[in-house]
Order: sequence, then structure tokens, then C-alpha cells
Amino acid sequence: MVVLSQKSASLLHMEVLEGSRAVAEVVKRCRPHVISAYPITPQTHIVENLAQMVADGELASEFVNVESEHSAASVCLGAAATGARTYTATSSQGLALMSEVLYNIAGLRLPVVLTCANRTLSAPLSIWNDHQDSLMVRDAGVIQLFAEDCQEAADMHIQAYKLAEDHRVLLPVMVAMDGFILTHTFEPVTIPTQEEVDAFLPPYQPLHYLTPKAPLSMGTWCEPDKFLEVKYMMHQAMEVALTLIPQIAEDFRRHFGRYSGGLIEEYRMDDAQTAFVAMGSLVTTIKDTVDELREEGHRVGLVKIRAYRPFPTQAVARALEGVERVAVIEKAISIGGVGILAADIKSALYGRERPMVGTFIAGLGGRDVTKDSLRWIMERLEEGATLQEFVDLNLSLIGDDEG
Amino acid sequence: MNTPLDRAEPLIAPGHSACVGCGEVLGARLCLDAAGKDVIVTGATGCLEITTSRYPESSWRVPWIHSLFENTAAVAAGIEAALKALGRQDEAKVIAHGGDGATADIGLQALSGMLERGHDVLYICFDNEAYMNTGVQRSSLTPVGARTMTTPPGRQSWGEVIPKKNMPAIVAAHGVPYVAVASVGYPQDLQKKMKKALAVRGPKYLQVHVPCPLGWAFDTSLTIKLAQLAVQTALYPLYELENGTVTEVRKVGRRLPVEEYLKPQGRFRHLLRPGAEKELALIQALADANAQRFGYPPLSSVTVNK
Ligand SMILES: Cc1ncc(C[n+]2csc(CCOP(=O)(O)OP(=O)(O)O)c2C)c(N)n1
Ligand SMILES: [Mg+2]
Repeated sequence: MVVLSQKSASLLHMEVLEGSRAVAEVVKRCRPHVISAYPITPQTHIVENLAQMVADGELASEFVNVESEHSAASVCLGAAATGARTYTATSSQGLALMSEVLYNIAGLRLPVVLTCANRTLSAPLSIWNDHQDSLMVRDAGVIQLFAEDCQEAADMHIQAYKLAEDHRVLLPVMVAMDGFILTHTFEPVTIPTQEEVDAFLPPYQPLHYLTPKAPLSMGTWCEPDKFLEVKYMMHQAMEVALTLIPQIAEDFRRHFGRYSGGLIEEYRMDDAQTAFVAMGSLVTTIKDTVDELREEGHRVGLVKIRAYRPFPTQAVARALEGVERVAVIEKAISIGGVGILAADIKSALYGRERPMVGTFIAGLGGRDVTKDSLRWIMERLEEGATLQEFVDLNLSLIGDDEG
Repeated sequence: MNTPLDRAEPLIAPGHSACVGCGEVLGARLCLDAAGKDVIVTGATGCLEITTSRYPESSWRVPWIHSLFENTAAVAAGIEAALKALGRQDEAKVIAHGGDGATADIGLQALSGMLERGHDVLYICFDNEAYMNTGVQRSSLTPVGARTMTTPPGRQSWGEVIPKKNMPAIVAAHGVPYVAVASVGYPQDLQKKMKKALAVRGPKYLQVHVPCPLGWAFDTSLTIKLAQLAVQTALYPLYELENGTVTEVRKVGRRLPVEEYLKPQGRFRHLLRPGAEKELALIQALADANAQRFGYPPLSSVTVNK
């Protein structure tokens, strides 16, 4: 599928690579000055690859092997404040440990780029995929872009630097890619050349940085009469990102011959009565299922959310216009609440002619979401699903299958 | 490479909001003036940060960044790594500062990582022996017997019971080439150690004793006097550890009994009432052990002025 959309020129660069390797290859070409990370499955292969590149002299980064994710993010913070381009990657518990620093990085307006190899959070301990980790830092001021496949993950990192470092944005950007499903899968990917990346991504020009030549204070505290304004400016920067994300994707297309960005992607949404909404690698399975369901005569489509923060409210509302039923597939759970992604979708639709929106909790802790799961979701939706459904729930496991 | 000390313009500007008699902000000023302008400083959440950096004002006449409570050493490591990567390592020396809580408690892991990796960073711990910024709670550098809000003396307690953590030894155990203990009571000694530290490549650690009039409950005119008494009683000996070995100890003319130091401080008042003899003896024993280790003269008997 990826191959067909390539320009023939870029076919020359196509290789079959593990997702983590693909990400490492593009991060290398983005020339970060400082990389700092702490190992956690399934992020490890990304940083191991980068460490090897530094060890082989292919990459001239300072690679700081820290003692925790808290320090990994803090090293990036200090380095970015000094005017360096930085990179880190983590997952799950690591992101939780980083979360305090992520809020700080965002508030200090430092354009750190990080990868989240999405994995659930303990307990129970599980190394497998869902989106609980990224969504946990939803409100930190970190731009979050979700990748569907390895090519998109790789391409999004290049765009992430451009977005983060734009002086109208200056916020950290997190590329979220499904742990194992993408990080450990070999796919054909096109890795751009160094020259191509250099032509697209200029060297980092910090707006402010720490130097004795022009002393400034960063990270001062403020009183209630000023705090809101700082948050408002961060929010405005997110709004700017909303317009920049598609522009950068266009620019990327001009340079690299493929469009791997943007806020959302609509798949077979013309005349759709039912729409799936999802993020990440699950989208590929949904596309296949949509194709099958279409062949069977169902008017069904898909809206893929690529930018989760800033949330593309307008684009989502437009894409779902005229749809009767929406199935939001959540790879995370707000325990005691109703859908995390669904809350954004519903709010995008508020005040309009609204479809019925069902929330489907699926794929937690790495459970497969199969075509059958998706067909079940379709059926439930057509029956008029309740507020929140748990997909493939096995009640016999908890001795609750009798009554 | 440091610019000469300009007395008219201390690198921490006046106008900050530290308490009258604050030992910490004085210590920071002495340290920074010894370091000179060509530094990049990062500081932990705590009194020093709060009193010097209320937006839109700042007392820092050098580049300075505050991030969080426990990550100062890691932020400093990032600054140092960036300077290296950008080919700017000759531009500035990197200094990190934290209170005793930031250093010995919540930030100990990040500090250990920075030391172990050998970053070219000077870490300064301003030791006022409790979490002052949050209203005087104990830290692992709170001394035995001290009253804090979380180690209150009561019907079954004499205050803090756990001896002060030996931070200089912990730092030295990382193979750090230069570790020094200093005090605002001895400004020249402090500034000499700052300069010596900054001349060393790699990680170095300076722990500065900084009395806190509010947290220790003493008269604001006594900051320097108390800092000196801590040294003279051998409760806070000043020394240098070079490559793990004690190389210098600040000499005292005569050694004083610990009561001299405890008496002016409200945080120890409960120990000077009848019934606390055992606790008092314990503190004297701690001082005696220090005195022996660092070669102090025998205890002088002084007449206690009422
Ligand atoms: C993670 C976290 N926990 C707790 C705090 C609250 N806090 C801020 S400063 C401080 C105490 C600082 O004590 P110390 O490091 O000794 O510095 P001092 O104020 O005494 O100079 C505490 C507990 C915080 N800011 N962050
Ligand atoms: Mg303190």
C-alpha cells in the first residue's frame, strides 16, 4: 500500500526496516544535538539504534545515558534551554515518570521532540500496547501526533521538529506510535537522505537561550494575575499548530513526494452513514474492514485522528457531517468516566446536527482488535449501543458469565 | 576567565524577597560573586528560587533557569551536554544549586546520575537543614534534636531523632574529585572553595551551611554568628575532600560546647530544659566524634553569659 503511493524516485530508498530503526534513522537525519533516554520496553530499540549510530560516529549527538526518565526529560529541558535540538523516547511508566517534566518543558516553551512507543500502564503489569500513556499527558501542552504505520511514524518525526521549533509554536511534540505493533514490526519504508532532510528542516534557531552573553532568567514563578495569560499563550500556540500541521504536511509532500501528516484522514467517508473514529495502527485494520463492509453494501467510513493535541475540532465536525452513527474506538480508558477520545469527538459535534456516538473500549493491554471485533462494534452501533461498550470482554474470566 | 568581582554589582541583585538575615541568599551571592559572570546557573524549587525570581523580576544577573524541585542536577547535565554539542563549552561554567531537601532527598537520584556520569558541573547544596520553603519540615539534613513542623517535640519526642545524612561522603563515593563543606560564617573560605571547585574539570560538590532565622527561630542579627558557632562547636566542620581524602580542615581557635550553638535557636529550645540531658549529651557526642575526626582542639570550658 505504501509502495503504490511513492514517487518512483523514492523507491530507490525503500528498505524493509523495523519501525524503531526507521524512527532512529530519521531522528539521526534531524541532527539532534543532545539525546537522552532511559530504557523501557517497547521504546528500547529506538534509543539502542541511536546509541549505535553515535558509537559508530555516524551521529554527532551528545548521548546522555541517564538514571531515569525524569532525568531524560530534564536533560532535554536543560539542553533545549541552552539552544540545542533534543530528542528523547519513552513508554508507559517512563512517560508517567516524565509527566512532571513534560508539563514544565511545555510551560517553558521548549521544542523537545519525543517518541512515545505506546504501552499501557501498570497494574497489572503489561508491556503491551494501548494509548493510556499518551492520553495521560493530554493536558500538558505537548503536541501529540499518532502514527498509523512505520512510514508515517518516521515522516512525522521530521515534521515534528519543524512544528516544534516554529517560533509561533515552541511546544514539545510527541510522536505516538503503537508499541510492538509498529516499533517491532518490519515494514517497507522510505528513509530520506540527509540532503533531503537538510533541505526540509533548517538548523534549530532558538528564540531565547541561556548564555552569559545575554543573561536571562527562565522558569520564574508568577502570581495569579499572570498565570492564566501564560496558559492562554500556550493554547494559542496550539491553535497555530492546528493551521501549521497541514501546511507542514503539504510542504513535506513537496519535498518527499508523500503526504504523511495533517490533522485527520478521511477514508471512504463520502455518503457514509456509519463512521469509525480511531488513532494509531488500528486504523489499518479498520480500513480493511471498511472495504469489506462496503463490498457488502454498508455505507461505512473511517476518520483517523492524527493530531490528538491540538484537537482538530473543526476538521472532525466537518468529516462527520451528515453521518448517522459514530463508533469511537478507544485504546484507553477513563475509569469511572465515558471515553477519552469520545469526549473530544462529542464536543466537536456539540451544537450541530448530531449523530449517535458510541464509545468502544478496545485493545487495552495489547489485546488484538480484529475485524470480527470491528464487525461486532458495527452491529452494536446499529442496534443502538449504550453509552460505553467493552469490546471482546470475557466475563467468564471474572466468574460473571452466568447472570 | 572570570571577570573580576564588581563590588558595586553583586551578581544576585538586591530587591529580592528573602527574609532579613537569610543565610541562603547571602551564601548564593558569595558563591556567584566568586564564580563571576561567565556561568549558566540552574536552581531547584525552594526558598532561593522563590525569593529571587518572581516574574517579571529576577535577581539573577547571570543566565539562570529553574525547572523543578528534584531535577536540577539533570537540567545542569543537559546544559553541559548542549554546550559541548554546540561547541560552546568555553562560554560558561555550569552551576546547579539546590536546598538540602532538593539535594539530599528528592533530587538525590538525579544528583547521583549527574555525578556518576562525570558532567563538568558544580553542584552547590545550600543547607539550611529543613524544607524552609514549604514552612519548615524536616529533611534528611535536619540535625538531631531539631524541632521542625514534622518533627515536633511532644510528650514522647525530643524532635528529630535521625542523624544528619553524610552527603559529602555520599558524593565523594561517586569518585567526585572535589567535595567541600563551607559556611556563610566564613565568607573568604567559602569563596576560595568556590574558585577551587570551578577550576576542577568534572563534577564537584559544595555544601554551604546557611542559617535560617525563620526556620531555626533566632534573632536575625545572629546569622553569621550562628554559622560560626556551628563550626566552632564541631557540629558543622568545614573541610575539603579531594579524591575521597580529607585534605583541609578549617581550624578553630578553641572548641565550644554545643550549648553555645543550640541556645540562641528556638528549634533547640526544648533541649535546654531540665529532663533533656540525655539528648543534649547525644548532640555533644556527635560533635565530639566530628572533633576527633577533624582534629579539633579539646573542648574549652566557657562561662555561659546569661
Ligand atoms: C515534586 C515536588 N514535591 C514537593 C514540592 C514542594 N516543595 C517545594 S520547595 C520544597 C522544600 C524545599 O526545601 P529545600 O530543598 O531544603 O530548600 P529551602 O526552601 O529550604 O531552601 C518542597 C517540599 C515540589 N515543589 N515538588
Ligand atoms: Mg532547606
